[in-house]
Amino acid sequence: MDTLSLLLAASIDAGTAIALASLGLLLNERSGIVNLGAEGMLLVAAIAGFATVVHTHDNFAGFVAGAAAGAALAAIFGVLVIWLNTNQYATGLAASLFGTGVSAFVGVPYTQESLGEHPASAIPGLSEVPWIGPALFRHHPIVIFTALLAVGLSWWLSRARSGLVLRGVGESPETAHALGYPVRRIRLACVVAGGGLCGLAGAYTSIIYTPLWVEGMTAGKGWIALALTTFATWRPLRALAGAYLFGGVTMLQLHLQGEGVNVPSQLLAMLPYVATILVLVFISRNPALVRANMPASIGKPFYPGA
Amino acid sequence: LIRFEARGSPSRLFAYASPLIAIATTLTVCSALFVILGRDPLSGLSLFFVEPFKNVRALGELAIKATPLLLIGLGLAVSFRANIWNIGAEGQFILGAVCAGRVALWATEETNAVLIIVALLGAGTLGGMAWAAITALARDRFGTSEILVSLMLVYVAEQLLSYLVFGPWRDPAGHNFPQTRLFAESTNIPRLVTGARANLGLPIALAFAALFWLFLHRSHKGYALEVGGLSPAAARYAGFSSRSSIWLACLISGAMAGLAGALEVAGPLGQLTPHVSMGYGFAAIIVAFVGRLSPIGVIFSSLLMSIFYIGGELAQSRMGLPKSLTLVFQGLLLFALLASDTLIHGRLRWLPQRRAALVGTLASPAPDSTARGGD
Repeated sequence: MDTLSLLLAASIDAGTAIALASLGLLLNERSGIVNLGAEGMLLVAAIAGFATVVHTHDNFAGFVAGAAAGAALAAIFGVLVIWLNTNQYATGLAASLFGTGVSAFVGVPYTQESLGEHPASAIPGLSEVPWIGPALFRHHPIVIFTALLAVGLSWWLSRARSGLVLRGVGESPETAHALGYPVRRIRLACVVAGGGLCGLAGAYTSIIYTPLWVEGMTAGKGWIALALTTFATWRPLRALAGAYLFGGVTMLQLHLQGEGVNVPSQLLAMLPYVATILVLVFISRNPALVRANMPASIGKPFYPGA
Repeated sequence: LIRFEARGSPSRLFAYASPLIAIATTLTVCSALFVILGRDPLSGLSLFFVEPFKNVRALGELAIKATPLLLIGLGLAVSFRANIWNIGAEGQFILGAVCAGRVALWATEETNAVLIIVALLGAGTLGGMAWAAITALARDRFGTSEILVSLMLVYVAEQLLSYLVFGPWRDPAGHNFPQTRLFAESTNIPRLVTGARANLGLPIALAFAALFWLFLHRSHKGYALEVGGLSPAAARYAGFSSRSSIWLACLISGAMAGLAGALEVAGPLGQLTPHVSMGYGFAAIIVAFVGRLSPIGVIFSSLLMSIFYIGGELAQSRMGLPKSLTLVFQGLLLFALLASDTLIHGRLRWLPQRRAALVGTLASPAPDSTARGGD
């Protein structure tokens, strides 16, 4: 098969975790909440999913456990931030540090375990198309689900009534409150759903992508996903494309290492992080573009009736 | 029915009591955790609160871990007061360690100890500052989020350190271990007493705490920084430059983290390895918050966090529990602190059912209109 086609397929696989997390965080931020706890949620979900699969040998149960773990940590964050109006940045950091700690603590017995490889499931017909088939249509179902989710979310946020309400809450919680919408409950629902998606991302990483458990294995994917929401100016399809781009950078880096390019592997491993910084700088050079799409109430506490 | 309502003015009592409530909550949860894990909670907690104080050697260990936390925590307290979220102190610490390590590797046994130590501490401080300056530049020049840039730079710094100790700086006589050779004796930070590892870093850190107190509470620049953090509009009106606040906050916190890194490699470590930091840069974020972003408070909270580190290590060696217990406790503490901090601006009030209903009807249409907390 064509190397480029394989590289494209691998980039999509590598970018899927970031894409899932980024879509979840985008949902949070559209409702006005920034959750810096993404990395913690990914890690908690990664170990919850991995441990579940080790015990039950059931991948689906693993994904459910991962999503539940991510959602649970997000719920703690959400209650603190939305009802007690604690500082969003500090509370998110607490979730990240706590999640990192809990996952490392719980994960110790699982560091020796390994799960089997998962053959990609091919979509009949489409996957037979030369070049495009292997690149786009031979993936794990979660990968396909992620792409469809981005399309669905994009439609929902721009076309569906409930999606517009959600955006209204993020733009002006006071107005939404005055119109009688339960601002806090809507925000909590978004935070929990976002945590669930981050959970899926973590579970995908440990169950399908690696498939191993290593302490701190997400290696900043949660933070990159956070950066991606800004980069994508809070639009789901751009977040998906951005995530695949990052997947591409990761794969390129691994590919170069494999080819024996005469650059130390550590310097190549810096690439995704340096790329994130450059991309952030590039996008924020144009503040008008960022501000035009940024949910107006993002990061600010909301006091109903104030 | 319990209602949460706003206070007229922030409670001074709870401003001080909140960290204590948070500590008490954390300890309660920790005791429960020990019970769940089938360990005796009392002996578990004694690993944290008795053992570290047992003798001079143990106290020295406490000081050795509290020193970097105190230094980084001081810098972060200034940064957070200015509302600049430099969360990449871990990376700045690593760069400080790398730069100080480079200087230390040049030293021989004949090198003047005072000179080389001053040089390596200076190099570490500058290294941390330079790393933080990237964040300041991105934020100031392009308006890029300092949170994400400073954090990404942590991963870059880790890879850089790893490259150096696996590659050009690796000790040729080190049996292929990824580490530099041991630094010459002349670079060792002088110890305070015999029989304990505590070194000159502790008095240096305490002196900085005093210096930071003066800076924050007695200097014009410190005042301008804080006003900028509390109310950017007011700071603009007063003519305080927000750009200089960004740079000052980043450079100060970067310098402190770099200095801490330098003290760590020239003190307890004596060489560079891939793991020069034990997460001090992240733990110091908690130190800064638990210490109320005050230099005096940070002294106490860095001591507390040092206790958590040592307790975690003891729990590993004596009870066979993973060392990451420390991280769990630290995360819990920050959660608990943020939750109990809400009592500064609000209070819980118990209302009998009937009165609650009455209050509810009076306060409609926005039933929780009194729940306004915050600034």
